[in-house]
Amino acid sequence: MDYAINEMEQETLNATREFAQKKLKPVRAEMDAKEVFSPEILQEFRKSGMFGLWLPEKYGGLGGGITCLAMAFEEFSRVCAGLALTPGTTALGAIPMFLAATEAQRERWCYDLASGKKLWAFALTEPEAGSDASALKTTAIKDGDFYIVNGTKHFISTGKEADFYTVAVNTNPARGARGISLLVIEKGTPGFTFGKKEEKMGIRTNPTYELIFENVRVPRENLLGSEGRGLLYVQETLDYSRPGVAAQAVGIAQGALDETIPYLRTRKQFGQPIITFQALAHKVAELAAKTEAGRAMVYNLTHRMDEEFLPAVKAALENGTPVHDELKKIKGVRWTKYSAMAKLFCANTAMEVADECVTLCGGVAYMRDFPLEKFMRDAKITQIYEGTTHIQKNEIIAALIKEYAAKGE
Amino acid sequence: MHILACVKQTPKSDNVKIDPATGCLIRSGAESAMNPFDEYALEEAVVLKEQLGGQVSVITMGPPAAENVLRDSIARGADKVYQLSDMAFAGSDTWSTSYALAKGAEKINEAQKIDLIICGKQTNDSDTGHIGPQISAWLNWPNAAFVKRVVKADEQCIVVERLTESGTEILQLPYPCVISVVKEISNPRVRSVKGRMAAKRAEVVKWTADDIGADKNKLGIQHCPTRVVKSFSPQRNTNAVVVDGANGKEKAAKLVALLKENKYI
Repeated sequence: MDYAINEMEQETLNATREFAQKKLKPVRAEMDAKEVFSPEILQEFRKSGMFGLWLPEKYGGLGGGITCLAMAFEEFSRVCAGLALTPGTTALGAIPMFLAATEAQRERWCYDLASGKKLWAFALTEPEAGSDASALKTTAIKDGDFYIVNGTKHFISTGKEADFYTVAVNTNPARGARGISLLVIEKGTPGFTFGKKEEKMGIRTNPTYELIFENVRVPRENLLGSEGRGLLYVQETLDYSRPGVAAQAVGIAQGALDETIPYLRTRKQFGQPIITFQALAHKVAELAAKTEAGRAMVYNLTHRMDEEFLPAVKAALENGTPVHDELKKIKGVRWTKYSAMAKLFCANTAMEVADECVTLCGGVAYMRDFPLEKFMRDAKITQIYEGTTHIQKNEIIAALIKEYAAKGE
Repeated sequence: MHILACVKQTPKSDNVKIDPATGCLIRSGAESAMNPFDEYALEEAVVLKEQLGGQVSVITMGPPAAENVLRDSIARGADKVYQLSDMAFAGSDTWSTSYALAKGAEKINEAQKIDLIICGKQTNDSDTGHIGPQISAWLNWPNAAFVKRVVKADEQCIVVERLTESGTEILQLPYPCVISVVKEISNPRVRSVKGRMAAKRAEVVKWTADDIGADKNKLGIQHCPTRVVKSFSPQRNTNAVVVDGANGKEKAAKLVALLKENKYI
């Protein structure tokens, strides 16, 4: 079912569906096999305005909010979860900037962000700090109008290709987690280099790199928000970005079904199409129902989010204030629990659907000529990045305990 | 830079049937869309605008329903669109059509100087490839047909590579000029969300023969020099030979022998 509630959302679905079929589908197998980034597809995303869907019109965006971002990510991932990350990870890298940035910072960065001229990436994970973000060891020590950054980030999506990196650093190691801040570090800054390129199971066309910072001088104007509030912005970012991963997972599940159902209708064994065997048919029905449940979860959530996000963005542009500050004024709901629930459910659904679809189609689906094995490999990442499935459960139970404790129950 | 792209609404399918009795295309029931070659022309116009700044205008001649192809042009990045629609145009051949388009271009040019006109090399419903060169003749502007690549374009001139029967030519043209392009010229984008929304709201400027000051003695089926004697699907004249054999090696040997026999190698 389509969850578009207005013309903009419906046209987002129309445009991204056509884009996925015309531009992504013909190259997905080749890009996956070669495990390289595609500058040609990047150019196609730019030409069709796919980077600015969630950004305000002022900067050349569409003004579509979190829902349009999630819809695009679902439709691209329905065809190729790897190529979908070209605009997807740029959004992830840019959301913390967009939330915390001053008006001057928005003016500096948002035009080239919305046009896709500059790509962004999000750098939180370190060799010794993944799920426990507070353990990060990258430091940024103040030196006049600069920060001197030292440390290593790894598993960074769109590494090397991105122009701007939103990097979680510790500006006050003595304060631990309360010393964490976000800095925007531009590619090409002296001392900022790229280490190992990872070879991955899935989402192979999106490059994953290690980032190395050795005495990198980053100007103070690149600090997002205030010092020590980095984890707060990260949490707020994840609240908005996890529904995106959930949408990606729904796309992967739907894409797997899109390949499976036509095959089961045409494949004959024992003299009949194998979809007429009830054991298989009922399995497909269950998978389709779970996928639809996930979709309903995602768009109910993003529509509620946009009811706050879009007015906050509008107010921020009018008042020249950070979006984060405007959100605080009008924010009624903390989204963490629902975002975690959507990601948990949809990621598990994607993995289950892709896995079962390979089994349903049998040998052909195990072969690389058929796209299902790729969907199965790609699905796995949705259970891992932006917080593993276990971390989502931690978020959910922490929120539940808090809710019930507040009620005195 | 002001670029005018010429587009035509044509039957969508490349499978359009011809009525054997009348020799005409059976258009009823066939879904219409932008002539595929015009998609490449418009894309190149939009790419040049993005590189050099300026504006892309689009013109079409056709019945009221051809408005759709102009709205589609807006979705693909055009800024202003013009439709020539009048019963006087009905049944025009390429001579009449190019005359009307040239008159339309002259009127647009009066309001805002045109630097470059881009056409697709031909349409998928009549295949003549005349319109681009004929517009340039009516306007007395330089022309390059079968352009496959814009080598360079700046404020002064455009340098293009065009296909010829024996290879390619590089031509430098001053503005204003007319080029018609082959599909290698560009890679048409998927219409953006913004474009799709703008298309619905865009204003389509509609002009009659009188509006563009056209001489009615040059328009319409009764004044065209062309008479369609017969339209037919061309017969496929292939002398293909299928080389049989037990395996690839045997087939390859037979193929080489055949090529030698016919003195190809």
